[in-house]
Amino acid sequence: MAGHLPVVPVPAGLADRAAALLDPHLLEARDSAEELTLLVTRDAVAEVLARLRDAPDIAMEQLVDISGVDWPDRPERFEVNYHLLSLRHNLRLRVKLTTDEVTPVPSVTALFPVAGWYEREVFDMFGVLFEGNPDLRRILTDYGFEGHPFRKDFPLTGHVELRYSEAEQRIVRERVSLRQDFRNFDFLSPWEGMLPGDEKANT
Amino acid sequence: MTELRTGTRTVTLGTPDPGLPSGAVHENYMINFGPQHPAAHGVLRLVLELDGEVIERVDPHIGLLHRGTEKLCEYKTYLQALPYMDRLDYCSPMSMEHSYVLAIEKLLGLEVPPRAQWLRLLWAEIMRISNHILNTTTHAMDVGALTPILWLFTERERIYDFSEAVSGARMHAAWFRPGGVHQDMPEGLAGEIRAFAERLPKALDDMMDLVGGNRIFKQRNVDIGRISAKDALGWGFSGPCLRASGIPWDLRKAQPYETYAQVEFDVPVGKNGDCYDRFMVRIEEMRQSVRIIHQALDRLETLEGEPVLSDDRKVVPPRRGEMKRSMEALIHHFKLYTEGFHVPAGEVYVATESPKGEFGIHLVADGTNRPYRCHIRATGMAHLQAMDFLCRGHMLADAPAILGSLDIVFGEVDR
Repeated sequence: MAGHLPVVPVPAGLADRAAALLDPHLLEARDSAEELTLLVTRDAVAEVLARLRDAPDIAMEQLVDISGVDWPDRPERFEVNYHLLSLRHNLRLRVKLTTDEVTPVPSVTALFPVAGWYEREVFDMFGVLFEGNPDLRRILTDYGFEGHPFRKDFPLTGHVELRYSEAEQRIVRERVSLRQDFRNFDFLSPWEGMLPGDEKANT
Repeated sequence: MTELRTGTRTVTLGTPDPGLPSGAVHENYMINFGPQHPAAHGVLRLVLELDGEVIERVDPHIGLLHRGTEKLCEYKTYLQALPYMDRLDYCSPMSMEHSYVLAIEKLLGLEVPPRAQWLRLLWAEIMRISNHILNTTTHAMDVGALTPILWLFTERERIYDFSEAVSGARMHAAWFRPGGVHQDMPEGLAGEIRAFAERLPKALDDMMDLVGGNRIFKQRNVDIGRISAKDALGWGFSGPCLRASGIPWDLRKAQPYETYAQVEFDVPVGKNGDCYDRFMVRIEEMRQSVRIIHQALDRLETLEGEPVLSDDRKVVPPRRGEMKRSMEALIHHFKLYTEGFHVPAGEVYVATESPKGEFGIHLVADGTNRPYRCHIRATGMAHLQAMDFLCRGHMLADAPAILGSLDIVFGEVDR
């Protein structure tokens, strides 16, 4: 790994220790790019985070972030990533779980109050439901917004646009109309695949 | 049903008060703070529930500056997405680029030449000063001290000049690039930055003479918005806000990146976790940044003339002069500015100590030339969420002081 990147130590036995600690909720421990990712069962996430926080040799005291990722082709399309930080031992961990549009994820607001808004954000952007969050409202999108914009099937341009109507003296909502089709260039290299005419080279 | 003490009597909200001849009903009332309020530091709408002048509940409504940066990044190549980072925390734009380019470099395994590392470190610290000048002086203004902002902004303006000299843009620099920085500093700029670093402590002293021991300033800040170390961790605090609560945690020391392991500086820590400590931690951080700037400039002198960008031609485009003369460079130039580079599949979380605290990028790559997902861990979002916790029981006039001490910038919070 390049020498100028943040030095985040991953002790050798951490994955085994986490596996022992989280049994039977751990599905998989992945160590890639010097970051340890723990894939856990969805329903046990609060239990998992509590154990990681309270184990004195891991002591994940801070929930840094919750981020969602959408993989529409998978049976459970949403990934929810919990990034944890231990200030005492200088460790970072990522706890990952998967869910779909209708299955709720247990909220961890009782463990980490900061989770409140993070869960609201993932709910707003992806439509992942969090069971037990006392205030699961939309957070970043407009009042009365429909849809979940960070889903891969939500268009970049959105569906609705607002403008101030001089005639009606108020804000009006209209369907997005584009003067020019939305251009999404596919720059994936044609040089690396087969180009029309290349097949002649092999005959 | 809330019980409320008025003088010596206890009355129940929402029911007629037998103590009053008219049987009047006591009720809390709600007020709107913002979205366009000069002390809201941008577009924040706070719905405050007040009991008289005492805040009972705060409900911040954010998202008025939401531009969908994370979604936009998914539709751009890695290089095209970089300038969006400048528009997050526009008070310290290069610090925002920093996490993003580090995340790309981590996925690519790309090395950065030493001079570029020192330049990034230098500019990260200049951005810290720029950010802290803005925050401390506007915070002072929110509680009634108008002079510091007038004095310190003269110096802050110089930072924009430096930024313009180095990148061509005063704010949205797009200067940190995957593989280094876009171009070296122009001749003579190092000397000007050094002169600035020598001048700044005096300017800070002048400011501290005005507000540091000032009775009114202290009355507005000491013991206001206190948060304990344990609560600060639970509410996801980082950076100066966490250190003001007494936790000596700085990513530059704990998880050093670039050349931070080679510079000497101290991490100021507060005791009480109140608005005054958060203010003082930032002031001291500026002095430490000045120390770092001097060390970085010394090291840059020894690295004069060395490359500032990686020479990996599959990621870093060639210089324009080279492109005009070499066919191969022309092809690379064309390919890298249209298709861009491909990043191997994987996911990383990279965090740096931005002026406001931990600023992280969770980057998921799928092997193409665009990020599959670029989640931005905004520092201010965690801090703003604690407004309710910090403001309860305080007076209405303390809300701007607490908000100012948290250092909120909406470009970053709303993304």
